[in-house]
Amino acid sequence: MALTDTTGGQAVEPAPIEKPQGYWSGVGARLVRDPLTMICAGVVLALILAAVFAPLLGLADPYKGSMIARLKPLGTEGHILGTDEQGRDMLARLIYGGRLTLFIGLMPVVLAFFIGSALGITAGYVGGLTNTIIMRTVDVFFAFPSVLLAIAISGALGAGIVNSLVSLTIVFIPPITRVAEAVTSGVRALDYIDAARATGANAWTVIRVHVIGNVLSPIFVYATSLTSVCMILAAGLSFLGIGVRPPEPEWGLMLNTLRSAIYVNPWLSALPGVMIFITSLCLNLLSDGLRSAMNVRD
Amino acid sequence: MLTYLIRRLILVLPVAFGVSVICFLLVQIAPGDPLTAIMPVDATAEEQDAMRAAYGLDKPLPIQYAIWIGNLVQGDMGKSIATGRPVAGEVFGAVQNSLLLAVSAAVIAFPIGTALGFLAGYFRDTLVDRGVTAISIAGVSVPNYWLGIVLVIIFSVNLGWLPSMGAGPGGSSEWQWNWEHMRHLVLPAVTLAVVPIGIVARTVRALAGDILSQDFVDALYAKGMSRVDVLRHVARNAAATALSVMGLQLGYLLGGSILIETVFNWPGSGFLLSNAIFQRDLPLLQGTILVLALFFVAMNLIVDVAQAAIDPRIQRT
Repeated sequence: MALTDTTGGQAVEPAPIEKPQGYWSGVGARLVRDPLTMICAGVVLALILAAVFAPLLGLADPYKGSMIARLKPLGTEGHILGTDEQGRDMLARLIYGGRLTLFIGLMPVVLAFFIGSALGITAGYVGGLTNTIIMRTVDVFFAFPSVLLAIAISGALGAGIVNSLVSLTIVFIPPITRVAEAVTSGVRALDYIDAARATGANAWTVIRVHVIGNVLSPIFVYATSLTSVCMILAAGLSFLGIGVRPPEPEWGLMLNTLRSAIYVNPWLSALPGVMIFITSLCLNLLSDGLRSAMNVRD
Repeated sequence: MLTYLIRRLILVLPVAFGVSVICFLLVQIAPGDPLTAIMPVDATAEEQDAMRAAYGLDKPLPIQYAIWIGNLVQGDMGKSIATGRPVAGEVFGAVQNSLLLAVSAAVIAFPIGTALGFLAGYFRDTLVDRGVTAISIAGVSVPNYWLGIVLVIIFSVNLGWLPSMGAGPGGSSEWQWNWEHMRHLVLPAVTLAVVPIGIVARTVRALAGDILSQDFVDALYAKGMSRVDVLRHVARNAAATALSVMGLQLGYLLGGSILIETVFNWPGSGFLLSNAIFQRDLPLLQGTILVLALFFVAMNLIVDVAQAAIDPRIQRT
């Protein structure tokens, strides 16, 4: 169509040459024009920075309790968000709590992203028996609802930060592998892969040069959509008592220990959950924003 | 249809096998010797060896698996270490309670989610659509164990309308169809319904939007069909996918109710599971997870078959 002459034989002025916009600068430009996504990115960034630099913020000691200042209500002098069941400052514990909560909530998705991508790209590119072995194993893990699988593995391994990381990473590898395999099989069938192979490039070179760049965006966007679930699950494991151990500040664990206070100081005891909710909401909206900015369709 | 059914049934077997292997391995990855839970501390090495032989723990893993699976197909899932009772009985009693909770949540969530999603899809890019989208994003983002606590604070602590604990008056764990028991079901069921409302609304919105923008809808209007009749066509087109999402959600509700059951002390499988974890009752842990996972597998199968029965396009692929 583009080649047919529609100008009736007249000479056409060539269009002024514009510097073509790169993919990533386009994504960046679209993100900046999306206020909701920017706000969510700001909130997540602020939570991460506050958690990382918590010792510099001049907060109270999150481990130091007081028998006489237990369960002080919100707005107490010196404890703006009150104190918990052991008299520890809630504001300090909520901000310090971000350290473990965000780390255990985000790290498994990062790990699963690398492992799942590697498995999925291998399965999708190599195909055949390798594909069958990897993908049928993945199918078995899909037979477990994610909450059940996380609790099963963590329950068997016992409480602890490393055990939580392990069990959540195992939970998120199968879905990422499945997406990576689907995208890679799609790319693998395209002509330019055959062309690259015809020039004598070996599998590793073709994957590195031609496949990864084309599959990583959709896998990445999919992985970001899992971060919110992972946050909720990670805090949920601690809430059940099979994640972080006391006295570490962690939102899920705090929510659990403060349950004893719902008749004394109900709104105080709901605070750690508010933090989990805000974070997971922002992560979800951020992922939606990224998906539309990166033009990924599901 | 029959060939589809058979093909689908054959595909389930390797998955069920894999699930049983994972459940078997769960006990193997648990730290510590499984004997320490049952043996007295001062047991001699000979006594330990005798016990190990009695439980078959001295045999290689594949043999142990074969013995375990052999007992399993005869309905013997071992004995609970904490109570000494057969695991099978404990699990099935608890699963019934969980199923009751999951189905109640589904009865709340599916009609609401479908209605919201359909409204949003029909009135796309309007205020209604934005409202529903906000509700569904909030629904999938909320940590539901926290929402349960908030509902308890509002409806039990502040208003005193509904009970916050257990499945019946006086901590009764036997379900009965009466008013007192129903009151105990309200808060956990509503809490559990929030996430599937979000997911179903989002799915139905996308489905309705896609189908309404197809040419056949314009064609139906053009030939003078009434709005209601056109919507019947749309509903029929959306039914298969919507039902499959709901079927999966029901499976997730059963497996995912563990946290909610803990919040409300609901005597279901999740409650059993957390007891098993804290008493390091590995046979009970293994049995509960196996039953829940197999239920999920069966649910998947039913969903696929139902979908194929409703939508003739699926069988051909």
